Amino acid sequence: MAFIQFKHKPKNELEYGGRQAALQGDENEPTEMCPNCHKEVPISYLSANAHVCPCGYHFRISGRRRLRLVVDGGSFEELDQNVVARDALKFPGYEKKLAVARDVSDEPEAVICGKAFIDGNECYLFIMESAFMMASMGSAVGEKITRLFEYALRDGLPVVGFTVSGGARMQEGIISLMQMAKTSAAIRRHSDAGLLYCAVLTDPTTGGVTASFAMEGDVILAEPGALIGFAGPRVIEQTTRKRLPKGFQRAEFLLEHGFVDAIVERSKMRSTVAQILEIHTNARGGEAHE
Amino acid sequence: MNNVTAYDRVKAARANTRPLGSDYITGILSNFIEMHGDRAYSDDAAIVAGIGLMGRRPVTVIAIEKGRNAKERTQRNFGAPHPEGYRKALRLMKQAEKFNRPVICFVDTSGAFCGFGAEERGQGSAIAQNLFEMSGLRVPIITILVGEGGSGGALGLAVADRVWMLENAIYSVISPEGCASILWKDASRANQAAQSLKLTAQDALHLGVIERILPEHCLGKPSFFAAVRAEIENELLQLDQLSVEELLQQRYERFRKMGTYDE
Repeated sequence: MAFIQFKHKPKNELEYGGRQAALQGDENEPTEMCPNCHKEVPISYLSANAHVCPCGYHFRISGRRRLRLVVDGGSFEELDQNVVARDALKFPGYEKKLAVARDVSDEPEAVICGKAFIDGNECYLFIMESAFMMASMGSAVGEKITRLFEYALRDGLPVVGFTVSGGARMQEGIISLMQMAKTSAAIRRHSDAGLLYCAVLTDPTTGGVTASFAMEGDVILAEPGALIGFAGPRVIEQTTRKRLPKGFQRAEFLLEHGFVDAIVERSKMRSTVAQILEIHTNARGGEAHE
Repeated sequence: MNNVTAYDRVKAARANTRPLGSDYITGILSNFIEMHGDRAYSDDAAIVAGIGLMGRRPVTVIAIEKGRNAKERTQRNFGAPHPEGYRKALRLMKQAEKFNRPVICFVDTSGAFCGFGAEERGQGSAIAQNLFEMSGLRVPIITILVGEGGSGGALGLAVADRVWMLENAIYSVISPEGCASILWKDASRANQAAQSLKLTAQDALHLGVIERILPEHCLGKPSFFAAVRAEIENELLQLDQLSVEELLQQRYERFRKMGTYDE
């Protein structure tokens, strides 16, 4: 069984895995510009390669796509899809923002929750959706994640969570801040029962989500290049009036400073998470953890 | 009173004439001994913490301190804690748990500091650890927001059994200026943002985020501190009645019920 793969930087074009060949597609084929290497990458190449550019850049992907990349086909049982935001404070423009977010993301809320198998390992799973108001956390997101940990506690199962977020959803005021405490308390109970929570931080994970459940995993993985921080880089530049160095708040920076366990490439994420789940299933001398 | 706008409260909460975190410590406790440092990196002067007596009862007290004059404010980073401040607070909470004494927190911060060092040393992780640990801490926790309750930086000391606010304190997920500049690209509309954010003590009480509003009658005078102390002492007597399991269960439910969503 392979060890967890740390980010391996390709040193030449051969190591990129035939980049020239891959990039010479049909001329009429739609492409997407890579924000890292600034090359046009054929969509067909991205689809076949988990939306990772030959240069190693991990494109942001939708929650559903990530779900397909991570769970065993047909094993996902979605939960609490009907828990959605309410504009309790009558906050200016919030209703409209919600309507747009639902339309753009095609999701009812900013997190997808459910039960699934990953390489045969049963777990509860949440995946945040950045197309929905940059996956900000309001009451509905907090409630769905809290319930997920409560179900997992009840069933004695681990939780795997993929985070992406701009932070607390300010349109819900102070109640959105309280979701940080609510989710943390549920994670604490789940943890006290000896159950595993594996957090996977993806680009970008910031604000109140970083300051709560993203950083509360027993195991914390991150995708290469993911921006992970409490304050956003723009806020820091404004506060300190200093330019930030290259690579600041990227996954590699957090690894170096000791805040994530490992950086895992998207193509190896499923097998790595499965391996971690498996190791935790066989605690206590090979007996299944009940 | 009813003509006071939300932004008036914001200004009042920020006024440098208000008592500081350390004033509450000296006003309420006797025999206070300050404890420094997070035992890992450094001592964050934005958080003053230690042990003392409230009457005959030993307590651990943690206060965010903005500083009294220009020099002190710089030294205390204007009450914006770094990760080591939250870690010092957590260290003292665990110490309180070991010696079975309650924890009293006084919160007054515009927010956890946003800077290079704070990120490098894991501001998000430090606050997250506090939320996680405080939700299971086996001794009573009372938190009083005495001025600004700025977002995660305030919540990092506010996962408590009772959360109270002073009449003119505020508790908000984002500063009204920050909110206005995101929403309308115009920080000068903070007034309007303050209204929308529902950040006053009255709002927090209505929303079920706090249990009590403490009046600011004679603010900063000995009689004021005596009144605050009496409130805390009475509440601790109530909390003494609970078993650890009941205490933790009630703390869980306190936060569990927060949230408005459709289903």
